[in-house]
Amino acid sequence: MSDLRNVSSNPHIRSKMTTSNIMLLVVIALLPATCFGIYNFGIDALILVLVTVASTVLTEYLYEKLMHKKITVGDFSAVVTGLLLALNLPSSAPWWIGVVGGVFAILVVKMLFGGLGQNFMNPALGARCFLLISFTSIMTNFDCDTYSGATPLAALKSGESVNVMDMIIGRTAGTIGETSMIAIVTGACILILTGVIDLKIPGAYIVSFVIFIVLFGGRGFDSAYISAQLAGGGLMLGAFFMATDYVTRPITKNGQYLFGIFLGIMTGIFRLFGPSAEGVSYAIILGNLLVPLIEKITLPKAFGKGGERA
Amino acid sequence: MAKLTFIGGVHPYDGKDLSKDKPIVELQPKGDLVYPLSQHIGAPAKAIVAKGDRVLVGQKIAEAGGFVSAHIYASVSGTVKAIEPRRVPSGDQVMSIVVENDGLYEETKYAAVKPFEELNREEKIKLIQEAGIVGMGGAGFPNHVKLSPKEPAKIEFVIANCAECEPYLTSDYRRMLEEPEKVISGMKVVLSLFENARGILAVEDNKPDCVELLKKLTRDEPKITVKALKTKYPQGSERQLIYAVTGRAINSAMLPADAGCVVDNVDTLVAIHNAVIEGRPLMKRIVTVTGDAIGDPKNFLVRIGTNYQELVDAAGGFRAEPAKLISGGPMMGIALFDLNVPVIKTSSAILCMTEDDVQKWEPGACINCGKCAEVCPGRVLPSRLADFAEHYDEEQFLKYNGMECCECGCCSFICPAKRRLTQSIKSMRKIQLSKRKK
Repeated sequence: MSDLRNVSSNPHIRSKMTTSNIMLLVVIALLPATCFGIYNFGIDALILVLVTVASTVLTEYLYEKLMHKKITVGDFSAVVTGLLLALNLPSSAPWWIGVVGGVFAILVVKMLFGGLGQNFMNPALGARCFLLISFTSIMTNFDCDTYSGATPLAALKSGESVNVMDMIIGRTAGTIGETSMIAIVTGACILILTGVIDLKIPGAYIVSFVIFIVLFGGRGFDSAYISAQLAGGGLMLGAFFMATDYVTRPITKNGQYLFGIFLGIMTGIFRLFGPSAEGVSYAIILGNLLVPLIEKITLPKAFGKGGERA
Repeated sequence: MAKLTFIGGVHPYDGKDLSKDKPIVELQPKGDLVYPLSQHIGAPAKAIVAKGDRVLVGQKIAEAGGFVSAHIYASVSGTVKAIEPRRVPSGDQVMSIVVENDGLYEETKYAAVKPFEELNREEKIKLIQEAGIVGMGGAGFPNHVKLSPKEPAKIEFVIANCAECEPYLTSDYRRMLEEPEKVISGMKVVLSLFENARGILAVEDNKPDCVELLKKLTRDEPKITVKALKTKYPQGSERQLIYAVTGRAINSAMLPADAGCVVDNVDTLVAIHNAVIEGRPLMKRIVTVTGDAIGDPKNFLVRIGTNYQELVDAAGGFRAEPAKLISGGPMMGIALFDLNVPVIKTSSAILCMTEDDVQKWEPGACINCGKCAEVCPGRVLPSRLADFAEHYDEEQFLKYNGMECCECGCCSFICPAKRRLTQSIKSMRKIQLSKRKK
């Protein structure tokens, strides 16, 4: 009977793209922002990035080892989480913030809900919000060797003027990876060109956010103000790298537009009317919670039942 | 003008270069011929010969078991050795007539053929029914049933499915290049059954030579046009083909006739030509033997009933140890235990590959990337459906349009986590379909 070949259901061929390939592409796409952050903030930033990534990967490995589960750190998803979390920390934060955040992201937000694909909230953002609430002063202290004082977005909120060009390039205070719009968009282009993400969510997010601040920002269509709002804070990083997180965004096409619009409006509300100048992280995790509902109301029509047109 | 196509679909490695330039060669079988009584959709045929009977080429050996069924003819002369269950490409054991080939190819006396012009509609359909013709693209639906819709006057399009979108397959391609006049003649026969219909030869644009040739040959046929379709799998899927050509979309519960269409595959049209114009029953078909494990990939004209092993031997045997044997193409074909199965009316190819992608990749966790939904030509959510199927959640499966899946395999192909989505959905669909029948 050794001559009997392996029988399986169709199809018998598979595409080359794998989960780890996709995660690796995301890591590569985050490198421009990471490198700029290290260049901008110096060695402190590098150490924090390394510590955070090490802690997410190690947490996943140890959890799976202790629980006698298959070790999945090879899929690079923990690296993505660690890197994203690090890019959302201020460079002045002590190393243990990276460790606490990394453990929280992987253990509480991801593994306890069943691991990859099962978490309902973006692990990096979940951890960031946890840190923001628990260690507010550390997480909002953007003083470092290069910059002192408020982030441009905070300055903008209190009515001061900001240098928009500096914000686009990234020569401002802020978290490690959020400051350079150019570096983030470069990375996003890699993801768009390789088909990892598309513009549905980031597009809907950014457009609806702009419309919101034009309507309610009290400055009308002031292009300098709009540019500063777009380049400032975590909007770019959030729109391209966190709102597009596969696991925690809707799978339906119309759901993705709806999700993007919701994020734009929430970010606008938080930034304009909230006590903080920031709002991206909270907007996205709030959006994550609504994903099941959004999917429910945006189920696609099948072919031959009205779903044949794009 | 935008190219004719559909939404979704994938572009797997097409592998057609292995066999596309190999002219069709006729293969004469040496061993026993096996004729399963069920090689079509519908009731199994009933054997009308007994063990020990001598049969001739073209002799009817099994009669259709009902209206939705088809006759079966001997493709060699020889003696009926047994009527017993044999394994068929689908893996089932099916009652089959086994004929020992005497190598003489002595033909039966065929009934005289009336000139085409003198045949009326009923006579033509009768000839097609008598010849035992079924859809030879893979489904095996009895052709005379397809050609007898409730309202023939409402048929506006007769579409020849010349897409051949399955990777590796080149049997239709060779047929179109080598015997295009038979394809066109078959099309004319079908067109003559539907007074209000136009004929469309729909070819994927990866076969520009076929498009050119068919265009040249149909230049003086006002009712027939050749249309090039964008090359994308599964363009040859009936519903996707109808949509690409006519812009009409039908769901799984509808028939092509509901969109005013009749669709026939290339080899089926040739069989129709043979039946109506030449008075010959369905006894042969073209089979591509290919894959990186095959010594010398070829396209064979094969007598139905020939053992797969003989075809592989004639194609130079294995040049490397095959890991996977497939009857048909890599996307929708059926994996085989071994080659000891007969060519049946729907066998389009034998594909032997040195690597088994299915075994190579262990399925991982779904990361909700949505690629499956992007490529699904049925516009459903395969990852969700597979979840419902695996948890046997019938209610949700049906609510999420699980029955609209055409089992084309695009979702499993594209899935980065290598989940076996098609397999799970297919299993659930089978259960639901059998429940419907009850």
